[in-house]
Amino acid sequence: MNLILVTFIILLAFTSYYFGRKKALVIQSSQRLTALPKFYGYYLAAWCAAPALIIFALWSVFEPSIVKTFILQDYTDQNLTKNELQLIYTKVKALAAGTYTGNITNFLDESANKYIQLKGIANSAKVAIILAILIFSLSFAYRSVQKNDRMREPVEIFLKWVLFVASLGAVLVTIGIVFSLLFEAIRFFQAVKIFDFIFGTHWYPAKTFVRDGQPDPELMKDAFGAVPLFAGTFFIAFIAMCVAIPIGLLSGIYLSEYAGRGIRKYAKPIIEILAGIPTVVYGFFAALTVGPFVKEIGNAMGLEVSAESALAAGAVMGVMIIPFISSLSDDVMTAVPQNLRDGSYAMGATKSETVKKVIFPAALPGIVGSILLAVSRAVGETMIVVMASGLAANLTMNPLESTSTITAQIVVILIGDQQFGDPKTQSAFALGISLFIVTLFLNVIALSVVKKYREKYE
Amino acid sequence: MNSFKKNLLKKRYNAERRFQWYGKIAIGLALSFLAVFMFQIFSKGYSAFQKTWIVTEVHYDKELLLIDAESPSKDDLENADYYDVAYKAMTSLDPGLPEEEDRQLIQMVSYKYEAEVKDLLLKNPDYLGKIVPIKLTASDDVDQVHKGNYPRDIPEENRRVNDYQLQIYDMLNERGDILLEFNISFFTSPDSREAELAGIASSFMGTVFSILVCLAFSFPVAVLAAIYLEEFAPKNKFTDFIEVNINNLAAVPSIVFGLLGLGVLLAVFNLPRSTPLVGGITLSLMTLPTIIIAARASLKAVPPSIREAALAMGASNMQTTMHHTVPLSMPGTLSGTIIGLAQALGETAPLILIGMVAFVNTIPGTPVDPAASLPVQIYIWSESAERGFVEKVSACIMVLLAFLILMNLTAQIVRHKFEKKWS
Repeated sequence: MNLILVTFIILLAFTSYYFGRKKALVIQSSQRLTALPKFYGYYLAAWCAAPALIIFALWSVFEPSIVKTFILQDYTDQNLTKNELQLIYTKVKALAAGTYTGNITNFLDESANKYIQLKGIANSAKVAIILAILIFSLSFAYRSVQKNDRMREPVEIFLKWVLFVASLGAVLVTIGIVFSLLFEAIRFFQAVKIFDFIFGTHWYPAKTFVRDGQPDPELMKDAFGAVPLFAGTFFIAFIAMCVAIPIGLLSGIYLSEYAGRGIRKYAKPIIEILAGIPTVVYGFFAALTVGPFVKEIGNAMGLEVSAESALAAGAVMGVMIIPFISSLSDDVMTAVPQNLRDGSYAMGATKSETVKKVIFPAALPGIVGSILLAVSRAVGETMIVVMASGLAANLTMNPLESTSTITAQIVVILIGDQQFGDPKTQSAFALGISLFIVTLFLNVIALSVVKKYREKYE
Repeated sequence: MNSFKKNLLKKRYNAERRFQWYGKIAIGLALSFLAVFMFQIFSKGYSAFQKTWIVTEVHYDKELLLIDAESPSKDDLENADYYDVAYKAMTSLDPGLPEEEDRQLIQMVSYKYEAEVKDLLLKNPDYLGKIVPIKLTASDDVDQVHKGNYPRDIPEENRRVNDYQLQIYDMLNERGDILLEFNISFFTSPDSREAELAGIASSFMGTVFSILVCLAFSFPVAVLAAIYLEEFAPKNKFTDFIEVNINNLAAVPSIVFGLLGLGVLLAVFNLPRSTPLVGGITLSLMTLPTIIIAARASLKAVPPSIREAALAMGASNMQTTMHHTVPLSMPGTLSGTIIGLAQALGETAPLILIGMVAFVNTIPGTPVDPAASLPVQIYIWSESAERGFVEKVSACIMVLLAFLILMNLTAQIVRHKFEKKWS
């Protein structure tokens, strides 16, 4: 139904384009046109498609909730909670679609009939309204065409609006992220105190699993303490940075200051391949090769090593992050003006002294920025941790034990079927928003640091 | 004094040399990580492109097939009972084996061997009543033994292939009845719980559909947004806000987009779970800022003289942009898009959250059929304990990497071949 309607509107828009253009050619025989003929076509097509599609979109967004209010009106006197009402509505919808399997009460049957009826009314109303709008806007546009009004300006203004709306897309995504996370997280914090979440030291969401019925609030209090996850996240990120910063920075320095053009030309893209490999591949590598390798070495030294150690996950993550640091620091160091170098050489400094005492300090803001971006990347990394580090949230600072991270727990909680309205599912969104805040914070600082640095030399 | 200076100079030069070596070592380490990594994947994975077959003889006995008709039609063959025929084909490998032990022989081939026996007859109806050789898919354990991935010298109780099966395997191998051929079914069959039957067709199609959906959603919006921001946007607080927004969005962890897909696309819009449609939209939200940034950069690279020339000829702003600036910026935009898509191609976490980890043993035909994707398939297989899946994972990784390399090469070619150099 909807598809047919949209196709119809689009087809009509195409026809009106040709119609408008033809009309313009007819006008041309008697008077001077105010724009190129095709603009007459665009004008008609825009007036045809835009209002109808906007109304269609608005209708599609609001129709379900209006129908829902109508249906649930009959249940207001029964004193039901929000979840129960939602359940009833799902049942009614399933019954109307003929996929409901369960005992059908009279009341439910009535509601389902009402639902079908309402849907029918809504559908015919939608078609009628859209047809009316089409006729109205097309006749209005056609009058303008007949009068030979200026056609190019309105078309260009319309196009500009389309461009503007598209640029709002990115803002919309951000708003969507913030709201979808906040919405579930707020509901989570209604069940679990925010204090318990941020400062609690036990993370066992599985403990709250209770079939039929509300989980025990005492259990909840002790099950959602996110400290082990925060600690694990930053611990693994720290291990990753221990690998990535020295290697990345030294490679960056070598590439920008020492390497000849040939080496630079080939080595840089090859190192960047490391950043292009999908993280799930790193995860597999860490779980299958690095994890057992670390365990073997540890055992040979007489240490107790978990097969899923934080060290293995962190080290592999560090390898993944090397190019972020090496390429960015290479860029900022190359951007340091040559006269700073020349000045240093003129004073008799060697190349390495110049790098350490002049170029590195000059490029420091950019390098710090690149490191912060890399940290944010490490904090948000998911698959390596899911596959190579443990899933049990231990509060530990021993790199040979397994720990878990925010991202890994989100995956563990949400893999498989989710039950919305369950504090366990909601806790994933609470974790998500803390992750979002942390990475946003890091990015904003990093970007502003990099920007400030750039202004200095340009 | 002089020798002190000399010493100092020597020290400084040594420090210089050391420093240079640190850089070389760092680059060497980074490159060797890559090399080790590739070597591991290739050495583990190449054998998955070959498949082990066990050759035996099958007697299409009409009586055992329960076919009565003199000249049976296609339907008769379709409905015949292949159980006994297939069973005999396997047990004939060792006629002396007592009946209660025959499971050991049957376990050497995949559980679909009966269907394979049937397919051969359906393809060659004239085999009816004859004894013909047949290739049966070996079980993953035999497969691993044949490829040498499975140690034979560990005690029998720890082995998935017992001594008797090894003995039969050796006999068959000596006779040349174990074949190793190119594994077509790895590319044509969907996922399976059995390693010897599992293929990447379902996840491959899932990936293709998600990427197409992602392209369809992200490319138009991103290009239009980039045009607005670069060519028309007034410089004010709001457009600044949009710009900051896009830059930050590009650095949001991918799993957050998965939460967005789950919380909005599935819970609010009720789109079908586990489908490439939802996966593609989720990925498109993630790719959007990448493409916007690339498109803006390539719009910025078009020299102002082009715009000025068009404006001087009387074109409007919109005409200048649409007729001149945008077409000239397209190569850069396209290569940026391809790179963004390549990133999306490797994403796993958001797809897991929207349910694309479901076990799918059919090949999806449309974007609204449940499917996995290649990276998710890697995750699913690597979680599986069966040994045969290790090489499958590596092979799947190779396919994924090949795909990525192809896309990045295309991006390079588009950029170098079609981009105008202004100078």
